[in-house]
Amino acid sequence: MAAALFYILSLICIVSSLVMIFHKNTMYSVLSLLITFFAVAGLYVTLNAQFLAIVHIIVYAGAIMVLFLYVIMFLNMSNIINFQKSQAVKIAATTTGLMVLLVIIASLSSATFNSDIVANQDIGLAATLGKVIFNEFLIPFEVSSILFLSAMVGVVIFNKKDLIDE
Amino acid sequence: MNESSIMAVPFEHYVAVSIILFSIGIIGVLMRRNLIVMFLSIELMLNSINLLAVSFSLYHNDSNAQAFVFFIMVVAAAEIAVGLAMLVMIYRNIRTIDIDALKQLKW
Repeated sequence: MAAALFYILSLICIVSSLVMIFHKNTMYSVLSLLITFFAVAGLYVTLNAQFLAIVHIIVYAGAIMVLFLYVIMFLNMSNIINFQKSQAVKIAATTTGLMVLLVIIASLSSATFNSDIVANQDIGLAATLGKVIFNEFLIPFEVSSILFLSAMVGVVIFNKKDLIDE
Repeated sequence: MNESSIMAVPFEHYVAVSIILFSIGIIGVLMRRNLIVMFLSIELMLNSINLLAVSFSLYHNDSNAQAFVFFIMVVAAAEIAVGLAMLVMIYRNIRTIDIDALKQLKW
């Protein structure tokens, strides 16, 4: 049952990400990446990372994808369809990606993984993760809030036209 | 909640899914010249790395990797906000999001 769930979710992931990179319409690319994100959240649940799955859905599907859709609709970009690139670029890009895949597989081929590991079901709970973050990663947690603040300021300055003219 | 369970599928399959997703992201960045799709491919690569980190956290019974995934998500969100702001600015200036139109620095 759990194995079938894993294979279905990973098939959904791979197929919808292939649709994402090959579809000509940008809007469909964004929507198929949304499907990929939900499937990845499902894979997190199969890995006993329940809290991370919820956070993943909230952050990616709730914030980032909405940002993408908002930009596409706001600038009316959905009718800009294809840029008519040469076939050689496509072939070269696909070859490069498959080469990277080959290199990673070759580097992992000598590794042996112990498949019958005993999975601890507590590591993904919110209580455990909260203890880890606020005990061991407290300084990075605070620094990341400053990172968010600087990103926010940067976005505002980027898109404020008449700030530079004055 | 303390009882333990054996993983349902071999661990290599999680690694395989995440490296396949990473390669698809690389192909997307190199193949498409649309800025939005390139950003989406970068997001896909970050997601595959997160998936790998979470599966290794289960493999080693260690929550630190899952805490690290939080920070990857934070950096990804900030990066996408700044990147989309730059995209909007580029679109305002040159009225296209074709990356090949930006070749003033190319000799």
